[in-house]
Amino acid sequence: MNKKLQALMGAGALAWSAMTLSTAQAADTIKVGVLHSLSGTMAISETTLKDTVLMLVDDLNKNGGLLGKQVEAVVVDPASDWPLFAEKARELIEKDKVDVVFGCWTSVSRKSVLPVFEELNSMLFYPVQYEGEESSRNVFYTGAAPNQQAIPAVDYLMSEDGGAAERIVLLGTDYVYPRTTNKILRSYLNGKGISDADIMENYTPFGHSDWQSIVADVKAFASTGKKTAVVSTINGDANVPFYKELANQGIKAEDIPVVAFSVGEEELAGIDTKPLVGHLAAWNYFQSVESDANAAFIKKWHAFIGDDARVTNDPMEATYIGFSMWKQAVEQAGTTDVDAVRQAMYGQKVANLTGGTAVMNTNHHLSKPVLIGEVQDDGQFDTVWETEGTVVGDAWSDFLPESAKLTADWTYPWVCGNCEKPMY
Amino acid sequence: MRIVMTAVLTAVRPRFVWRISVPGLIAVCAICAVIATTMPHPAHAFSDEELRNVTEKLNVKSATKKIKAIDAMAADGDPRVAPILNAMLEGNLFVRDSDEHVVIGAKKGKVWSHIDIVSGEIVGESSSKELSKIKVNNRLRGALRDALAALNLFSKDIVVRTAAVEQVMDARDPSMLPLLDRAIEREEDPTLLARMELAQATMALAAGETPKQRMAAIDVLASETTPQIRAVLSQFVASAEAEGYEPEVIAAAKGALKSVEGRLSMWQTLGDVYRGISLGSVLLLAAVGLAITFGVMGVINMAHGEMIMIGAYTTFVVQQVFASIFPSGSPWSLMIAVPAAFVVAGLVGIVIERCVIRFLYGRPLETLLATWGVSLVLQQAIRSLFGATNQQVMAPDFMSGALELSNGLVLTYNRLWIILFSLIVVGGIAIVLRYTAFGLQMRAVTQNRRMAGSVGIRTGYVDALTFGLGSGIAGIAGVALSQISNVSPNLGQTYIIDSFMVVVFGGVGNLWGTVLGAFSLGIVNKFLEPVAGAVLAKIFVLIALILFIQKRPKGLFALKGRAVEA
Repeated sequence: MNKKLQALMGAGALAWSAMTLSTAQAADTIKVGVLHSLSGTMAISETTLKDTVLMLVDDLNKNGGLLGKQVEAVVVDPASDWPLFAEKARELIEKDKVDVVFGCWTSVSRKSVLPVFEELNSMLFYPVQYEGEESSRNVFYTGAAPNQQAIPAVDYLMSEDGGAAERIVLLGTDYVYPRTTNKILRSYLNGKGISDADIMENYTPFGHSDWQSIVADVKAFASTGKKTAVVSTINGDANVPFYKELANQGIKAEDIPVVAFSVGEEELAGIDTKPLVGHLAAWNYFQSVESDANAAFIKKWHAFIGDDARVTNDPMEATYIGFSMWKQAVEQAGTTDVDAVRQAMYGQKVANLTGGTAVMNTNHHLSKPVLIGEVQDDGQFDTVWETEGTVVGDAWSDFLPESAKLTADWTYPWVCGNCEKPMY
Repeated sequence: MRIVMTAVLTAVRPRFVWRISVPGLIAVCAICAVIATTMPHPAHAFSDEELRNVTEKLNVKSATKKIKAIDAMAADGDPRVAPILNAMLEGNLFVRDSDEHVVIGAKKGKVWSHIDIVSGEIVGESSSKELSKIKVNNRLRGALRDALAALNLFSKDIVVRTAAVEQVMDARDPSMLPLLDRAIEREEDPTLLARMELAQATMALAAGETPKQRMAAIDVLASETTPQIRAVLSQFVASAEAEGYEPEVIAAAKGALKSVEGRLSMWQTLGDVYRGISLGSVLLLAAVGLAITFGVMGVINMAHGEMIMIGAYTTFVVQQVFASIFPSGSPWSLMIAVPAAFVVAGLVGIVIERCVIRFLYGRPLETLLATWGVSLVLQQAIRSLFGATNQQVMAPDFMSGALELSNGLVLTYNRLWIILFSLIVVGGIAIVLRYTAFGLQMRAVTQNRRMAGSVGIRTGYVDALTFGLGSGIAGIAGVALSQISNVSPNLGQTYIIDSFMVVVFGGVGNLWGTVLGAFSLGIVNKFLEPVAGAVLAKIFVLIALILFIQKRPKGLFALKGRAVEA
């Protein structure tokens, strides 16, 4: 009797605990970490991406959530402080137990969190164009690699429509992204018959505000009679004074076009663009592209942020594509387990906002179209050139000898981000 | 007809065209087109039908074909072509979806009027959706400007002709030579004639066939001093040597090149000095408020940069308010922004002094930490209020563009104004300190607080006002800096280190030291920059400054006497 009672009680207790466990799990949510700077120098760009993720989460929950659960965004502020990025990433993964993280903008912040994601085997979606030369098992790169932005852009500059440039000025902020990109570009340009004498390279500190001498130098460099174009990898706050100086010194886009890789609609919001009409930017997305998907996205964004004047930009589209792919992969895998979702990610397809379809490749980079746009007087871009189809993102540039031989492929038999031979 | 074309062509001066508002331009074009067509055309190269046909050819996708069409339109010198090409340049030439006709679009609110290219009459209205723009890119814009320049060489308006000549000179297209020759025959203005002959020489040098022609062209070019002429000459020298021209021609070209280069390098040095002074004036503006709060009061004010930022945001707000009340008067909003920024930043400064700093006098480390905290609070407050993104402060017309000296030196107007403004501000402060009762009290308090107190000066009150004055001046600096920098919550951080550098270098407590320090740091920086690059130049200046401080710990001008010990 006693034993029976005990067994019954035991069973009851077990059932009860199982019940609480299951109710606990039903009430449980899928957690999405957001790791974007909300203060400090990068807040200017990253705050928008935090809002984008929140909008996407909100939208997902309105449509019934994911795997029958609600999705919860956990927002932290790494304050534009690179080591703090690593700490906050660890906090998100270990303490908040998030299933996936959307975050980072600068390459240095990504490099800072990379060891954390690899050690704890978590998953990061990185939504910004970058210098390539990387492929981590734990990161999906939804922004452009150099062959999806920089290379097509200089091809355009050298084409007849782009002005047939014969001299190129490479202006950049002094850190890893511009330096690596310009290294790739220099070697590419040399291969196209542009000698080092016709390439001018110049680096400035973050937040550089006095562009008089450099713009005058560019003018002098362009005065030799050969058509000259500028490739700008200037990042962040330095762009506004740079463009103001260009405008005031009367550099017209017809004479010296400037193509920028880090200037989108958001960055132009602080500048009067009338004197800048015709200067260029290379991206995978422009707000001005007319498509139903884009119109719907912009409408949703304006409704969410409550301000019709806010613009959309390329990293927002990259965030959208990454988030949608992750959602599809979770649904396909039926779990948020990192390894299962990773396997399900390969080959995921999401319709681009600008038309066509983005595909996740096994090197963790996307296939996307490349667009080149000219700045208009209303601060938007007008697409003047685009690739025929999509371009496969290349993790390791073909134009640097040491990286040309490396392959990134995270499926069997390679299973490696930087190998010369398959692992198996 | 003459007046009409003048008006049209005034609007298409290539150099200034982008500063004219688009709707205004359309209106001008439209009116001109209307008047032009109501008058008889004695010298039309095209019949109406031909003009229509040739314009319809612009409706193709390929830029090469469009350029062909543009050249065909401009070739016959029909004056009616200019408004059409100009509309295309401005992105106002459309194809109507309904009947595939090319029309000029003029926007009124959300409605676009369709203006017929031949008659100039409004032939329809629609929303933007029923019009597809004839796309222009940089290459087309260049071709359009060249074509317009060719049409404008014979304009009655000398300003238009001058601009056209400059455009022709920039384009250096030998096919323009016959046109230019014809224009030279007609030209009566001696200055413009000289420019035309120069433009002719730049093209004739390469196109010239006899040594005599070449020598004549070299003679004309040798007296000029622009980077373009240098390029023309150096290209000619290279090709002359390759083609084996007469030795005396080559020698003359080399001689001319050398003299042009000599003069250019002198101008280059002058340019560096100017840019140095300009950078110095920015540093001076940023630092002069700190020269008071740190230099005179001895408060290590890490929130100084945020006072500049508050000034810049005040400018933005004033401009927004102005734009909503009187849209036409907004260029003058900067004039209102100066006192407004002074008051706002000054008040914030007084609040900080009363609430935080006054408890910490004589404790520099605590002051440093507290003001740094205040700076973070202010940044985040602005971020929450206005958002993290840049705000757009418009430049008034008198601060846009540049004074272009013909020798390649470009003096941008905004920098010129800032140099002037910084001198006015420093002069104003000097007057306040030297000649006003408040200045006297301020100097008395900073020299000997207890003595000043015992003769009846309310030292606490003077402290607050002094700090307010320094902050207010930082606010004024923000108005000026909003014209060259971006107005974001981080604005202040860009300038705080430079400001301290200037004040420490110039000598703490000495206004003239600050002035001299700012200008010398600016000039040294600008001379180093072309040689060492912007990053290294900054490092060199910092190292030099550290060494200098080792040698003279009190900066350029050390205060002497009892004030030092106080």
